[in-house]
Amino acid sequence: MNYVALKMLIGNRAKYLGIIVGLTFASLLITQQSAIFMGLMTRTFGFLSDTSIPDVWVMDPKVQYIDDLKPLKETESLRIRGIKGVAWAVPLYKGLLKARLPNGAFQTCIVVGLDDETLIGGPPAMLQGKLSNLRHSDAIIVDGVAAKGRLANVTRDGKRVPLKIGDTMELNDHRAVVTGICEVSRTFQSQPVIYTTFSRSVAYAPPERKLMSFVMVKAKPGQDLQELCQRIRRTTGLAAYTKNDFKMLTVRYYLKYTGIPINFGITVCLGFIVGIAIAGQTFYNFTLDNIRYFGTLKAMGASNRLLLRMILLQASLVGSIGYGIGVGVASALGTLSGKTELSFYLPWQLLVFSATAVMLICAISAVVSMRTVLKLEPAIVFQN
Amino acid sequence: MTTTNTIAVQCKGVTKVYGAGGTQVHALRGVDINIHTNELMMMVGPSGSGKTTLISIIAGVLDRCGGECKVFGHDYQTMSNNEKANYRRKNIGFVFQMFNLLPTLTAAENVAVPLLINGVKRRDAFERARSLLDRVGMGDRTHSLPSQLSGGQQQRVAIARSLLHNPKLIVCDEPTSALDHVTGHKVMELLREMAVGPDRAFVVVTHDARIFEFADRIAKMDDGHIIDIKNAHRHSLPKKAP
Repeated sequence: MNYVALKMLIGNRAKYLGIIVGLTFASLLITQQSAIFMGLMTRTFGFLSDTSIPDVWVMDPKVQYIDDLKPLKETESLRIRGIKGVAWAVPLYKGLLKARLPNGAFQTCIVVGLDDETLIGGPPAMLQGKLSNLRHSDAIIVDGVAAKGRLANVTRDGKRVPLKIGDTMELNDHRAVVTGICEVSRTFQSQPVIYTTFSRSVAYAPPERKLMSFVMVKAKPGQDLQELCQRIRRTTGLAAYTKNDFKMLTVRYYLKYTGIPINFGITVCLGFIVGIAIAGQTFYNFTLDNIRYFGTLKAMGASNRLLLRMILLQASLVGSIGYGIGVGVASALGTLSGKTELSFYLPWQLLVFSATAVMLICAISAVVSMRTVLKLEPAIVFQN
Repeated sequence: MTTTNTIAVQCKGVTKVYGAGGTQVHALRGVDINIHTNELMMMVGPSGSGKTTLISIIAGVLDRCGGECKVFGHDYQTMSNNEKANYRRKNIGFVFQMFNLLPTLTAAENVAVPLLINGVKRRDAFERARSLLDRVGMGDRTHSLPSQLSGGQQQRVAIARSLLHNPKLIVCDEPTSALDHVTGHKVMELLREMAVGPDRAFVVVTHDARIFEFADRIAKMDDGHIIDIKNAHRHSLPKKAP
């Protein structure tokens, strides 16, 4: 009877396509919006993802997320180096500074100051030049997207000339020379990222008593990271997180204190409701259109179980097709927007989530239809 | 009808009431009837006389309110819904006024449905369906959809569907009322030829006087009662009840 169920469904082209379009739209909306949300959340800790070497991040206990900068005394890095289980600890400066471009325009940039000796915490990939170029006088490395975009020189005739090695700019009235172009993950604030040495970055920064943002710590081999974090907290009174914990701290902050999850949640819910409204309604109408034939099958001896199986099969088929097309279109859009400002991250968990949502839509539609078929009296076949 | 025929359907004092309270409708008010194998029993009467209710009860698609009704010794009232469905699946064939062919299935697929419900493999079911369609003169239309067939052709397909699983009881509800006289006559000839058999009972509900000649017996119903049962002389119209 599976064959009959499928032919009943596919034979009614208009309804069949209507259900699939509804489910595709729901699947697309749910998957795409969730993927953009995930992409945005991933961007909140983009800097942490780029800085992969350290195991533990040490910071002021009041820090709530990666961009919540509460400076520490530089001597803290020395104290941390003495703690058991620490292989090395280096300072890191991170701050927002104004850059003055050659054409006179200003642009706020994220300036990252790396430990002068080791340059640990540098960008994940260099597009031009070398990281060691930072040892040159007034050297900075700028991110490639910003070099072509916000930091590019705009000539008098409006032409945008990408920043290149050898160009100069001013950071807080200090001369800075581009010695490399790097690739970094997009950040939540989408500001240009500039790397320099720690000593140079604190010279660029407005004078403050404390200027170090974080201490990056590498654990000795075999050292339990949670244990090390606790030890650092106990010894220094500072906050210490593993990289993953720091990422989660950042994500939790954005989830709690921004309206982002609510906004995206509403859109995802809308996708779900649209799915039920269009696909569910059309599927129910399809069942109603066929109620006479379900009645005929029932009269001819088809059990309720058999009819339910037929409806479930029909719902599963349209669900699978709608889900597949929706996810496919969402993935294609994500791939096309991969190099743009649009954030898009589609992990397998999200595919499971949207599959569950589409299955739920189909299940609700099927249950409503099943109820109608279950309540159906086979005697309906004799009512003309 | 021959004297060796056995009783297929035995109804005694069958009642059926629709609705409750002030909106009650007494569709059957104590119907007594026996239907034998190897006969074509026709039930006639005006609209609302209870014909359709009676065959619905006999076919096991509607529960009676009172009385007794046994079909080949089985009482539906003692069966669960699943048991009833199971009994119908194996023993009852249906022919409907509006044919009730699934519009998205071809003629052969429609005919094969009773076997598919009974769990027969698709290939076997289709093969047997095509063979039966051939016998009802529809061998060249096995791949046609119902919408591509005339009313008479659709009813032939429906007849084939009702016979494919070799049921013991066939119930037909107004099989010719949607057909013109000539086509209706042909359909009844086909039904008579193929459906009446020594192990099978055959009940037709109709108010189409043009087909009375095909009946072995005619039960006249009015206001929920059977008011007259007569042996019909084949090829002659029954007398009107007083």
